[in-house]
Amino acid sequence: MKRVIESKEVAGQSPNYLLAKLQDLVDWAVNSSRANSLWPMPFGTACCAIEFMATAASRYDFARFGMERQAFSPRQADVLICAGRLPFKLAPVIRRIYDQMPQPKWVISMGACASTGGIFDNYAMVQGIDTIVPVDVYVPGCPPRPEGLLYGVLLLHKKIKGESLFDRVPRRDEQPLDDRGLRLPPEQIDEISEPFGNSIHQFRSA
Amino acid sequence: MNRSVDALRATFGPAIGRALESCGDTIVYVGREALRDVMAWLRDTPQQTYDYLVDITAVEYRDRERPLEVVYILRSLTRRTDLRVKVELDPQGDLTIDSVVSLWRGADWLEREVYDMFGITFRGHPDLRRILMWETYAEGHPLRKDFPLRGRFSRAEQVRQALAAQPEAHYSLEELSIAAAYEELPADMKERLRRGERGRLPDSE
Repeated sequence: MKRVIESKEVAGQSPNYLLAKLQDLVDWAVNSSRANSLWPMPFGTACCAIEFMATAASRYDFARFGMERQAFSPRQADVLICAGRLPFKLAPVIRRIYDQMPQPKWVISMGACASTGGIFDNYAMVQGIDTIVPVDVYVPGCPPRPEGLLYGVLLLHKKIKGESLFDRVPRRDEQPLDDRGLRLPPEQIDEISEPFGNSIHQFRSA
Repeated sequence: MNRSVDALRATFGPAIGRALESCGDTIVYVGREALRDVMAWLRDTPQQTYDYLVDITAVEYRDRERPLEVVYILRSLTRRTDLRVKVELDPQGDLTIDSVVSLWRGADWLEREVYDMFGITFRGHPDLRRILMWETYAEGHPLRKDFPLRGRFSRAEQVRQALAAQPEAHYSLEELSIAAAYEELPADMKERLRRGERGRLPDSE
C-alpha cells in the first residue's frame, strides 16, 4: 500500500483520488460477480418460452454467460425473464414474483408481447409489462431468436457493470406500488398502452 | 339427417324447432323450457345414448335481429353419432337456461366459460363463477357483440383492477378452504366460506 501511495502515478493526487480508485475496485469486484452469475427466473407464458428453452439448451447455452442455474423460485433469482404475453389475470402474479425476488434484481422483457402487448391489443392483455414491473432490457422479436435473448443478456451484463454501490441516489431501492395500487401514474400507463401500428384503426368505442 | 331428430319430434312435439344439416352434422333447435328434458332423454334413451358432451358454447351474430344461440355438441360413443342441439335466446331478454351439469359432470367448466364470456346464467349450476376472467372482473362479458375490443375501462384502470385482484381468487372455495392463504382472501370470499357456501373453514376441523 505504501509503495502504491508513493508511486509516480498516485503521488501528488488528492486523497479522494485514491478513495475513488478503491471504490472502482469494489464496484468492479461486486458487479463482475453479479453480472457473471445471473440466476434467471423464467416466467414463460407463450411461444417466447420455447425460444427461451432453446437458449437454455446446449446449442445456445446461456450457461456460458453465468446463467447456469435457473431459479424456479423467486427467492433465489436475480433476473426475471418474462417470456411471452401477459394477461391481466397474471398481472398480480408477476408483480408478486417480482416483489418476492431479493435485491439486487433485474427484469428482461422478452418478445413483442411482453414489451408492448404485441398483436394482442385487446381487453385481456397487459400492454407491456413495464406498466407493472420496472424493465431493464427489452428484447424485440416475435419470438426473438436465441441470439436475440443472448444479446439482451449481454446488454444486461453491460448495464450491471455500469452500476455503482456508491451512487448518491440509491438506484436499486424497492419500488412498491403507490397508494392507487399502480407502479406508474395512470396517464403514463394510458400513454404506454396506446394502440400503434395497424391497430390504430380500431377505436375504444368500436 | 340424423334419425334422432324424428324421434325427438315424436316424443317432444312442438318443443322441437327446425332441424337442418350442415357439413354432415345435424343441428336441431330446441325450446328453452324443454332443454333439460330433451337432454336427459337423449342421454338415457337406449336408441339415443348420447353419453358424451363434447362442448357447450354460444354464438352471438353480428346481425342484431338474430337470436343468441347456446350450442350443445353431443356424441354417442357407442353409436358413433354426433348431434348438435341449439337453444335460441333473445340477447336483450332473459338469458337464463337450465344447467346440464346433473346430466354430464363435464358441463361444469363449459357452462362457467359460457357464463363468463356471454353472461348466460345456468339455472341449477353448482358453482357458477367466472372461469377465464377473474372473479371481480367488472367490465362485462367479453364475447358479447356490444363489448368493445379493448374493454370498457381505461388501460390504467384495467391495470389497477388487475393488480388489486388476489391470485388466490382463481381457486374454488373448496380449494381455498384448505389453503394456507385463507387469511389473505378478500373479505367477500371469506364471508362466502363462513356462510358455508362451498367447502369448509380451515379452523372447523
